Amino acid sequence: MEFYDLYRKQLGHDLDSFLAGITPGEVSDIINKNRITETGFLALLSPAGQKMLEPMARKAHGLTVKNFGKVIQLYTPMYLSNHCTNECAYCGFNVRNTLGRRTLTIGEVEEEGRIITKTGLRHILVLTGESPRNAPVEYIGKCVRKLRQYFSSVSIEIYPLHTDEYKTLIEAGVDGLTLYQEVYDPEIYDIVHIRGPKKDYTFRLNAPERACRAGMRTVNLGALLGLNDWQKEVFALGLHARYLQDKYPETEISVSFPRIRPAQGGFQPKVTVSDEELVQMILAVRIFLPRVGITVSTRERADFRDNLIRLGVTKMSAGSCTEVGGRLGGEGRDSQFEISDSRSVPEMRSTIQKLGYQAVCKDWLTI
Amino acid sequence: MSNVIIKINGKTTEIKEPLTIRGLLEEKGIKPGEIVIQYNGDIIDKNRWPEILLKENDELEILRFVGGG
Amino acid sequence: MDLLKIGGKEISSRLFLGTGKFASDSVIPDVIRASQAEVVTVALRRVDFDDPQENMLQYINKECILMPNTSGARTAEEAVKIARIARAAGCGNWVKIEVIRDNKYLLPDNYETLKATEILAAEGFAVFPYMSPDLMVARQMRDAGAAAVMPLGSPIGSNRGLKTREMVRILIDEIDLPIIVDAGIGKPSEAAEAMEMGAAAVLVNTAIAVAGDPAAMAGAFSLAVKAGRQGFLAGLGEARPYAEASSPLTGFLRDRD
Repeated sequence: MEFYDLYRKQLGHDLDSFLAGITPGEVSDIINKNRITETGFLALLSPAGQKMLEPMARKAHGLTVKNFGKVIQLYTPMYLSNHCTNECAYCGFNVRNTLGRRTLTIGEVEEEGRIITKTGLRHILVLTGESPRNAPVEYIGKCVRKLRQYFSSVSIEIYPLHTDEYKTLIEAGVDGLTLYQEVYDPEIYDIVHIRGPKKDYTFRLNAPERACRAGMRTVNLGALLGLNDWQKEVFALGLHARYLQDKYPETEISVSFPRIRPAQGGFQPKVTVSDEELVQMILAVRIFLPRVGITVSTRERADFRDNLIRLGVTKMSAGSCTEVGGRLGGEGRDSQFEISDSRSVPEMRSTIQKLGYQAVCKDWLTI
Repeated sequence: MSNVIIKINGKTTEIKEPLTIRGLLEEKGIKPGEIVIQYNGDIIDKNRWPEILLKENDELEILRFVGGG
Repeated sequence: MDLLKIGGKEISSRLFLGTGKFASDSVIPDVIRASQAEVVTVALRRVDFDDPQENMLQYINKECILMPNTSGARTAEEAVKIARIARAAGCGNWVKIEVIRDNKYLLPDNYETLKATEILAAEGFAVFPYMSPDLMVARQMRDAGAAAVMPLGSPIGSNRGLKTREMVRILIDEIDLPIIVDAGIGKPSEAAEAMEMGAAAVLVNTAIAVAGDPAAMAGAFSLAVKAGRQGFLAGLGEARPYAEASSPLTGFLRDRD
């Protein structure tokens, strides 16, 4: 069985009326339990949960400190290529957008890697669009081998692969996969993914599991917030994370809650997720899954990110740049989306420290 | 009529031919009730006990249910 | 109705009863009645011609589900053999796998138990492996097709209670099979504790068999198991130290303009 088989059964349920029927008292009861069921998790995402944010925050904070300590892992993204064959309504790299398309040479990858290491960061996330012609698995593998000379952890955020392709990249030195389903609702998925290989919903949905099977150390899931009612999406995301945690205990599962940011193409989100709602979902996921990693990127504002640190977040990006070769100098280029928190790595580190947490730039060393 | 050697519950035993499984149980004073018989490795249905004649080197396991946790 | 779905059946009593070590087997019908147990374990032994015992099955109500155990087995192979014999004898397809090679503590051999579970589950048995509570092995038991997992509370017959509490709790949290605490439960309160934690059932033998009044003790266990189960279903509050006084964690959401 794969996750899609499990999730399909959920799709028929009327979540709206369930969510509307939850009372703050019921939310309070759930917070006080040691174990949270799937239904309890859903209840934490209800409108009633909005009124219970402080007690949820206390529980989430306690669970996070107990399971992770007062530590925030830092990483930074590096865009290898913005060539893309997909037409995704919300994305700046959309095949229809006119932008300077570029794929870094191995030399450029090394150069940008060297620049990043000066910040002290040793965890890197490499990204590409979906263009197996311009950025094939073999090319990504070469970049990874090169970067592993500089970084102790290299994660990928690329198009979904087959199990043996994941194995190839793991051999090249990849230890983490980030792959957002974007939207778990299959109908909306079909609408916003207008054209291209990404139209294959199940191939993407089951890709994190293939990575687990291939032996990936960490797998990071996410739903792009704004495409569908966030409660439904976060519920599906939580179930997905739980499913993988249970089935692949050797893989570390984490989740992200990316809110749609302005990007070239001017896409208008269906729903806007407020700060309060983003806080609620982070808390609900932490209470439901005490051991799951939670990542917050520079999509979010600096002050808001700082406040999230005590609520369950375990990983943050820093010194980010969402354009290909953005750190190499030269004229400004086209980015995937606009970032909100443009603080440098030293600034981030000192802020995290002031909040009583330790910023970790290198979590392990492969020997 | 001759004596043959068989193994019953791991113990070597001498019996007089001809003797069926059923006959052996009667001789030993065991009620057929709910015991289980394994004859040369196979579990033998109760209604076949009167048919099977024991022969040299046969191995018989006679088992029953007892208390257990 | 709070039914336990297990091994292809639905049962309402979460107290499983073992029938070993009673001073006289003739008390067993009363004990079964008082315990309200629906699942009763028995063992298979070679008939001793010098001391022919009575047939245990005559004391067990025909409506009970028989769960023969493989006690005496020292290897997976022996356990498989015993299970097959029990099934052929008309005991149904439930079997408790018990493989013990350690005579000092009577602790189960998880590795051999897993091997037997794999073989017997493939043959259509409802397999109940008795094991030391180890999460990795429990997962393998589940993947091998076990009907439930039976972790020990403490060594067989020790009446020492839930010494493996934290390990059993992890199995309850992580394994989506019924977790049945087997062995070591010495008092009704310990059975209640296991049930409060979320165990699907408990198997009790020695504590009832050696009680001054076994039938009365069986009744006490029955009540304890029900109480513990009800406590679990009602949702225990989380035990917490005093709330830490600190500034609100979500104040920032209100403080903004």
